[in-house]
Amino acid sequence: MTAEIIVVTSGKGGVGKTTTSASLATGLAMAGKKVAVIDFDVGLRNLDLIMGCERRVVYDFINVVHGEATLKQSLIKDKRHDNLYVLAASQTRDKDALTQEGVEKVLDGLSEDGFDYVVCDSPAGIEKGAHLAMYFADHAVVVVNPEVSSVRDSDRILGLLASKTRRAERGEGAITQHLLLTRYNPARVAIGEMLSVKDVEEILGINVVGVIPESENVLTASNNGIPVIVDANSLAGQAYSDTVARILGEERPLRFIDVPKKGFLQRVFGG
Amino acid sequence: MGILDFLKRKPEPTATVARERLRIIVAQERSTRGAPDYLPMMRNELLEVIKKYVHVDIEAININLERDSGHEILELSVTLPDGKSAGKAGSEAKTG
Repeated sequence: MTAEIIVVTSGKGGVGKTTTSASLATGLAMAGKKVAVIDFDVGLRNLDLIMGCERRVVYDFINVVHGEATLKQSLIKDKRHDNLYVLAASQTRDKDALTQEGVEKVLDGLSEDGFDYVVCDSPAGIEKGAHLAMYFADHAVVVVNPEVSSVRDSDRILGLLASKTRRAERGEGAITQHLLLTRYNPARVAIGEMLSVKDVEEILGINVVGVIPESENVLTASNNGIPVIVDANSLAGQAYSDTVARILGEERPLRFIDVPKKGFLQRVFGG
Repeated sequence: MGILDFLKRKPEPTATVARERLRIIVAQERSTRGAPDYLPMMRNELLEVIKKYVHVDIEAININLERDSGHEILELSVTLPDGKSAGKAGSEAKTG
């Protein structure tokens, strides 16, 4: 049984790749899958912070690639979910430390260990790290903000996903592309200040797999080192849960894309 | 003031501006995706040649690369200006 490999990518930085990787991996684990999430951002390790395991990193991705540690030693078990593991990026080595053969070895190792899903958190840009993160993927989650530079970069990444992956090179069919719109603000969309879901879908020619509303809870979650999906009361957490369900094949309507209607009391008393 | 505000034509929403700008740039970048690196330079040189005869803007030149099974088609389209100015530019080129 081979693990399904999902790359979380975007081109542009700061759009929510790591937030998404953390919540996606946690959501898949909550659905009972055995999941590993790998930080591909060599030199700029951050997934460990978002997952709340930064003080438990002993060995990293590059250590495994170089044979300095086994996969078992390097995988950090999540505190909340028994079937969720984190593989941290290396902080100190140069970017060339990551090779295609090395990545393949780690991914094969995870398949052998019975993992159902491997989530690859891509670095920003279209350089080597981003290329390696997407190369072996079966599915891609392209994270995009409703903002011009992010949308343009996403189109570039969609083009690369269609041609620069192992599946594309071997002619095994294109990888499944999912578009995830994050930092969405329905109030600003309603007054014409922000691109709408439909705008982004039309420009990129691909439908969204989820829309994550801009939410204070995302910062709170990262402050605490708990993926936002764990916070079932937050809208962002619920939107991520919906997204994970859709990736697993369930059909769920989009939520939180319209301005919330004020209740009777709110209308009378304001607020 | 309220009435004046009502009468004033509302400016175009910025999201609409963003959408139109993105439509154009994304379409343009897709048309040259995976194309050889010399394409932009070739486009500029072609523009220089065309400019000798007709006065056109760089935006009037569109290069499209299409891949069919086994072969590639390089399509070049030039949008000529209105008849009047084109004729003028043409006659200038002849006399020059």
